[in-house]
Amino acid sequence: MPRAPAETIALLLLAATLAFAVVRPHGLPEAVAAVPAALLTVALDILPAHAALDELRNLGPTIGFLAAVLVLAELCEREGLFAAAGRRMAVACRGRPVALLGLVFLVGSTVTAVLSLDATVVLLTPVVFATAVRLRLRPKPQVYACTHLANSASLLLPVSNLTNLLAFRASGLSFARFATTMTLPWLAAIGAEWVVLRRTFASDLVGRGELDAADRAGARSAGGPTYAVVVLALTLVGFGMAQLAHLDPAVIAGLGAVALAVPALAGRRARIADLGRAAAVPFLLFVAALGVVVRGVSAAGLGPLVERLVPTGGSLWSLLAVAALAAILANLVNNLPAILLLLPAAAAAGPGTVLACLVGVNVGPNLTWVGSLATLLWRRALRERNAEPPIGEFLRLGALTVPVALLAASTALWLALRVLS
Amino acid sequence: MPMRALLWLVEGTWQGCVDAARPLLPADAEITLLHVTPSEVAEVAGGALAGLLGRGRPEPGRHPAERISALSEESALELLAAAEARLGRAARRATRRGRVEHVVVEAARDTDLLVVARDGDRSRLGPASLGPATRFVVDHAPCPVLLVWPDEAPGLESIPPPPPHGPGRRPA
Repeated sequence: MPRAPAETIALLLLAATLAFAVVRPHGLPEAVAAVPAALLTVALDILPAHAALDELRNLGPTIGFLAAVLVLAELCEREGLFAAAGRRMAVACRGRPVALLGLVFLVGSTVTAVLSLDATVVLLTPVVFATAVRLRLRPKPQVYACTHLANSASLLLPVSNLTNLLAFRASGLSFARFATTMTLPWLAAIGAEWVVLRRTFASDLVGRGELDAADRAGARSAGGPTYAVVVLALTLVGFGMAQLAHLDPAVIAGLGAVALAVPALAGRRARIADLGRAAAVPFLLFVAALGVVVRGVSAAGLGPLVERLVPTGGSLWSLLAVAALAAILANLVNNLPAILLLLPAAAAAGPGTVLACLVGVNVGPNLTWVGSLATLLWRRALRERNAEPPIGEFLRLGALTVPVALLAASTALWLALRVLS
Repeated sequence: MPMRALLWLVEGTWQGCVDAARPLLPADAEITLLHVTPSEVAEVAGGALAGLLGRGRPEPGRHPAERISALSEESALELLAAAEARLGRAARRATRRGRVEHVVVEAARDTDLLVVARDGDRSRLGPASLGPATRFVVDHAPCPVLLVWPDEAPGLESIPPPPPHGPGRRPA
């Protein structure tokens, strides 16, 4: 197909895929549009079949990894990990709202890093809200902290965010190398969030919380899900060691999921169907199809353009520019297609550039939720999904935290790259 | 006709607000205890979920915004019950949801007295002792407002001395 129309059609296919995923007409799964769009990308010869298969082969292990992490998080929920974390936080903060915020930062950053941002958004946020109101403390700062950390604290490990999983393979880094390089940027982003949230919500972090006698007794008598915590810890160690034993980290994630699934199934705390649902097959299909569609966009001509736009080199300025570009793109279209678009060019430039992209696409979404184009175009549909366009306070907070966190994390990344090279 | 008094109670300051208002309210006053849940808390949780592209809709009962909405109604009622017990006399309980400052002003329309607690920096006397929502309510209330310190009021010495070149003092 000639280049100009191919480029237009590829972009239209991507736009349609994203529009459908945001609006989800009649509650249909996102893959309903993404899979036909991927098939059309190949049928219209925008992307040769072998290149599409290549992309799928590349994405395969990542998608398996993703499924294992989703199952792992679901099983931790069923073992009561999140409820236990809520009880611990309620007791440990001794009723002080700032101490509770500190604990929410600690738990939120850890859960995001280890079990991915999905777990923080879906499983941890309601628990944090419940903890705050049970203490009769204001829930607003705590819930904002949770949702913000889901994004900015997802820098640490390849498993923390789907964007990281996608970039992890492209970067050629080992799991341990990725984690050590990203430790400093992760801490810098969390630190930036702490400073801004602590100040912004100063007037909501007041009073002294109290636990009902019943809650106190419950917190004391309830045990923690020790087995789940041990399995998670071993899984993490396994991630670090996997590549020494020439094992794919996805295999380790799978082993962790099995170690939790077997007792849960035997004890009837979960059924096979629950695990199947947790693995979110339509979501996995969506990721695979989106990968093909974006690859089509790159092949049809946008690739060289992105390559020209992405600054190369390891200087602080180029890392900052890459992070800013990625953050802007994530806010325009959403961070998933943003990282897929940026990856080929970033990977060619080297692992430092890939990691700077991640800083941008992971921290950036705290400015708008779905991406501003989506917000503008599909306002009404978003409202019906209980996801109204960002409100004043959310935008103000994002405008404060995102630039600070981007700057802090990119600078920290530059330092880490210099120290570790 | 007995006075209709509305006590706006917020987490963190509600105990002090009840304690400060108790001796000041007439014995025959009709008291309503009001708690407003900020709607944005659930909206923020729902928004964060919407940002996770491709994940589909969580099963019923697992949507974070819905879980938060259900929990907030329950906890608001519990807070008001605790406040009524602390007040030591019968009161009507009202829970609302929305933009907090607007809902409070709206609820104060048919009342003779609105009781509000300061919730900003309470270490010194001054305008910073009112948070943004309280500021709005005090400025826009359609009825008399009783503004109380939820804990002991700071001393007069907490007012900073006037600046040397402040209004009325021109530099020589």
